[in-house]
Amino acid sequence: MTSVPQNLSTRLAPPAASGARRHHPGYGRWTPFFFLAPAVIVLFSIGIYPTLFAIATSFRRYNITRRADQQDGFPFVGFDNYFTVLHDRGFWDSLLLTGKFYLSVVPVQIALGILIALMLHRPGWSLLRAITRVSLVVPLATTYAVVGLIGRLIFNRDFGVANQFMSWLGVSSSDWLGNPTGAFLAIVVMDIWQWTPFVALIFLAGLSMVPVEIEEAARLETKSPWALLRYVQLPYMLPGLTAILILRSADVLKLFDTVFVMTRGGPGAATDLISIYVQRVGFKVFDLGLASAQAILLLILTIVLSRLYIHIFYQEIE
Amino acid sequence: MAATRIGSLLHALGLLIVLAFALFPFYWMVTSSLKDQTELLASPPVWFFHPTLSNYMDIFADTKVTTAVLNSLIVAVSTTLLSVILGTPAAYALARFEFRGKADLWFWFISNRMISPIVLALPVYLLSRQVGLLNTRLVLVLIYLTFNLPIVVWICTDQFRSIPPDLEQSARLEGASQFDIFWRIYLPLGLPGVAVSAIFAFIFSWNELLYALVLITSQGLKTAPVVATNFMSGYELPWGKIMATGTVIVLPVTVFAMLVSRHMIRGLTMGATK
Repeated sequence: MTSVPQNLSTRLAPPAASGARRHHPGYGRWTPFFFLAPAVIVLFSIGIYPTLFAIATSFRRYNITRRADQQDGFPFVGFDNYFTVLHDRGFWDSLLLTGKFYLSVVPVQIALGILIALMLHRPGWSLLRAITRVSLVVPLATTYAVVGLIGRLIFNRDFGVANQFMSWLGVSSSDWLGNPTGAFLAIVVMDIWQWTPFVALIFLAGLSMVPVEIEEAARLETKSPWALLRYVQLPYMLPGLTAILILRSADVLKLFDTVFVMTRGGPGAATDLISIYVQRVGFKVFDLGLASAQAILLLILTIVLSRLYIHIFYQEIE
Repeated sequence: MAATRIGSLLHALGLLIVLAFALFPFYWMVTSSLKDQTELLASPPVWFFHPTLSNYMDIFADTKVTTAVLNSLIVAVSTTLLSVILGTPAAYALARFEFRGKADLWFWFISNRMISPIVLALPVYLLSRQVGLLNTRLVLVLIYLTFNLPIVVWICTDQFRSIPPDLEQSARLEGASQFDIFWRIYLPLGLPGVAVSAIFAFIFSWNELLYALVLITSQGLKTAPVVATNFMSGYELPWGKIMATGTVIVLPVTVFAMLVSRHMIRGLTMGATK
């Protein structure tokens, strides 16, 4: 098979001949390439090229406030930036805080998500169920930055509605965003609001894959909703759980907008999640060499996560 | 009998609580945008008030918000179109052709979903500063492709796979070119998937903050989320204007998302339930 006139020869070849070629049934060796090339070239040049640039930058002392025409320019410093990052308490603290945030939101989202999915799946109240299901896309479509703005209003010390709710429960009002625990709780609440629907919808999709006959037979067999959940519904929801754990970890590592608007990482470092921290080093301190090293370490972490995700979910696609 | 009735009532109550939970922040934003400053700053907050459109008059009197909304619209529509034009042929190739490295290529597309924008924000900032793309809408259109293109490829590959391959075979027998097959069979039949992926691309671009924040500094080119967050400076915050701007940004997208919620939900949960 020569390569160039493939499209042409395929078109001109008699149908029988084209059917006889087992490895390239009806299309040339290069045909996929033409369809793929535009997307691959574009994504490569705007995704990979900057990444390579970041790797190069991470090996230099690259402070944007220095002028490029200064004597030493941007000197090559080897792994210095990486050593600095790995010995930087702030970096580790913000990674730990990101982990703590993940452990604060995800279990709640899973518990609420299962509960909501079961309520949306249960027969009865079909109109109310339909309305509720539709309403779940509202948090998901809300601009993250605006979620942060709403959060600042709701958790305002003087006129926030959160304090009003607390007073109904008999708890005295507090300056949520002004103290470390309150600010952390506030971003946790907003994340739970925004992402619980996603978790619930994934569980619901799993639930709706339970064959109807099996579920009905099980309902006749047992009165206990617990047994139904445990032996019939849960097995269908579990694949979704792994997806949730991995996708949410990638999302938490990415989380920037809402927290940036609500707290800018403060007070102190109470909500200084990893994206906020890297952004500050890069665009406020302008130590781009250091920030690039942090970004590359974050990228490595993300690649490990996404490999894990792909490994678990897409083995069947070859 | 009584037990089932109680169960049913609890079910309805639970659904109502979920409904209230899902809509409350949105409701609070919209109602706050309709309050005047004294009602907004009332402590404890007031739930019943005389709605006024004065905040909307204020933000639309100023060109800042309208320009920002227009910028967002231009960027989001362009990047969505571009990702559909580039992504659908790639999705077709991944769905129907066999070639070496296909699985790896597909994984590469998908893994872009996981990458944090902060990883790319820095080098993209430096590069676009060098080539003079800083403060252009083009740089946003291009950088948004890094998350839009994977979404389009992901959803459309799945959609195109569900189209019966027989159609393609018989079209080929009738002498249709490969591009004809893609253009006249796959695109029209796969339209639901293409539309869903376009909706996602639009919403993600419309909502994006980080890249827009660092790559655009000139006032006339700022996007809507950036302008909304810019209100958050100074001593006395104009909460009415902030919430009105938030509503202008969020309302069209949420209404649209609710209208196509069935497709949205399918797109969102795709891949998680296989």
